[in-house]
Amino acid sequence: MKLRELAHSRTGDKGDVSNVSVIAFREADYPLLLEHVTAERVKELFAGIVRGEVVRYELPELRALNFVMREALGGGVTRTLALDLHGKCLASALGELEVSAEGGRRA
Amino acid sequence: MRSVRIGSGAGYSGDRIEPAVELAEKGDIRYLALECLAERTIAIAQQARLADPAKGYDPLLEDRMRAVLPACARGGIRVISNMGAANPAAAGAKVMEIARALGLPELRVATVTGDDVLELVRDGDYAVEETGLPVRALSSRLVSANAYLGAAPIVEALARGADVVITGRVADPALFIAPMIHEFGWAMDDWAVLGKATVAGHLLECAGQVTGGYFADPGVKDVPDLARLGFPLAEVEADGSFAITKVPGSGGAVTTATCKEQLLYELHDPRAYVTPDVVADFSHVRVRQIGPDRVAVEGGTGHPRTDTLKVSIGYVDSYIGEGQISYAGPGAVARGRLALKIVEERLKLTGVQTTELRGDLIGIDAIHGPRLSARGAEPYEVRVRVVGRTDSMKEAVRLGNEVETLYTNGPACGGGAWKAARQVIAMVSTLVPRDRVGHAVAFAGVSQ
Repeated sequence: MKLRELAHSRTGDKGDVSNVSVIAFREADYPLLLEHVTAERVKELFAGIVRGEVVRYELPELRALNFVMREALGGGVTRTLALDLHGKCLASALGELEVSAEGGRRA
Repeated sequence: MRSVRIGSGAGYSGDRIEPAVELAEKGDIRYLALECLAERTIAIAQQARLADPAKGYDPLLEDRMRAVLPACARGGIRVISNMGAANPAAAGAKVMEIARALGLPELRVATVTGDDVLELVRDGDYAVEETGLPVRALSSRLVSANAYLGAAPIVEALARGADVVITGRVADPALFIAPMIHEFGWAMDDWAVLGKATVAGHLLECAGQVTGGYFADPGVKDVPDLARLGFPLAEVEADGSFAITKVPGSGGAVTTATCKEQLLYELHDPRAYVTPDVVADFSHVRVRQIGPDRVAVEGGTGHPRTDTLKVSIGYVDSYIGEGQISYAGPGAVARGRLALKIVEERLKLTGVQTTELRGDLIGIDAIHGPRLSARGAEPYEVRVRVVGRTDSMKEAVRLGNEVETLYTNGPACGGGAWKAARQVIAMVSTLVPRDRVGHAVAFAGVSQ
């Protein structure tokens, strides 16, 4: 299933760094997020947009993940040529990520 | 033990005005904070001040103050805002003028200065964080340099009896934790309580973003009545614990989900949210729904503040020229692609110098590029967008012209052409030793 069915997300910006949260709707789904929504997959999804490293932080008490993506905003909010200069739409692209429920133990 | 209610009446410079009035009239708040100063706003304000010494503060200051001051004066609500931007003194004088016009001549308006450190970084030996190059190398292109001040000067202004406190650059959470420090007499090195309070400040600083704004996704995450979105307030206890809520009957929603999203907004390492006052630790924060539109937030803490202050530096980076035009109906996408190709070729033929160039088809690939967008049926209409970075305004203007001339020279049925050219004031940052930055609190209309 798509990540959008399991979690909600918001994008924040600071300079050329974008952060995207991934927050489980249901507590029970948090392990699925931990397993499937990795920094590597997020970096791969945003290839061509995010040029720098992607670091994942875990917030178990909130059943949430926070991805910090460097060189993600075309040189920074204040100088980018992008239409979405803050990268606010990035979180919605993440919702397309495929997360397989039955593969929770597999992967 | 008493609690204190603090409202957040603006989340950015252009934000809606009436939710702040609603908070002042119906929120039973003691303080109203208005966060109106984005990174770049202060550099643009500095340019305005250079052009006119009486300007350089937030352009909506007058509208906002006229709207909120009557209710605030009636309710004994003290107002804290960074609308001073590059000129807190002029902003303070303007607020006094508005207060007199509203029949509130007794209002005490304090201004906070000291954040302007342009001279310090122009001559000093500081490195730009983003590039590692010396700040000095920006030389004549430097427009502004402002240190993020903490809560201390605002606390001082409140202690000296200010009804309105106008600042320039201060850390956004400082606008909210200052009244808590003032009310509860917290020590400025009580890191745990300052960290907890900073969580509240962070949740409040973008106003409607914690009450259901920037959240709705129809069918998945529905939010009622966004046209009348209520702005948030925090009810804070003396130990720094707090709940987020809003005015009953206003639009929006305060839920654990809205609070979680805002908690992680613009957060990097949850253990180290660095502000001038404390290194706040969000890593063990928990949220709990304790009533309708009411969420308790627990588990925040903090670590000792750093020895440096972040400085936001504005400089003239480049110029951007842009043009857009629309195509609709059958073949719209093909005509849009042809238009992009024509403009690209024209820019070469006519020698428009760009250092960076991009062509987008809005509705197709403008937001996430061709790879993520490569799916789905062709839309009915597209909008061509060509945008390029140049070294002069003249070149930027030429770029937009090459899109506009598609009207008569490009593909069939192009409509709604639009062009723009602008100077880019970009922002970078550096760190300066805390002890090199002072601050001053003055009262408008009172000789010091």
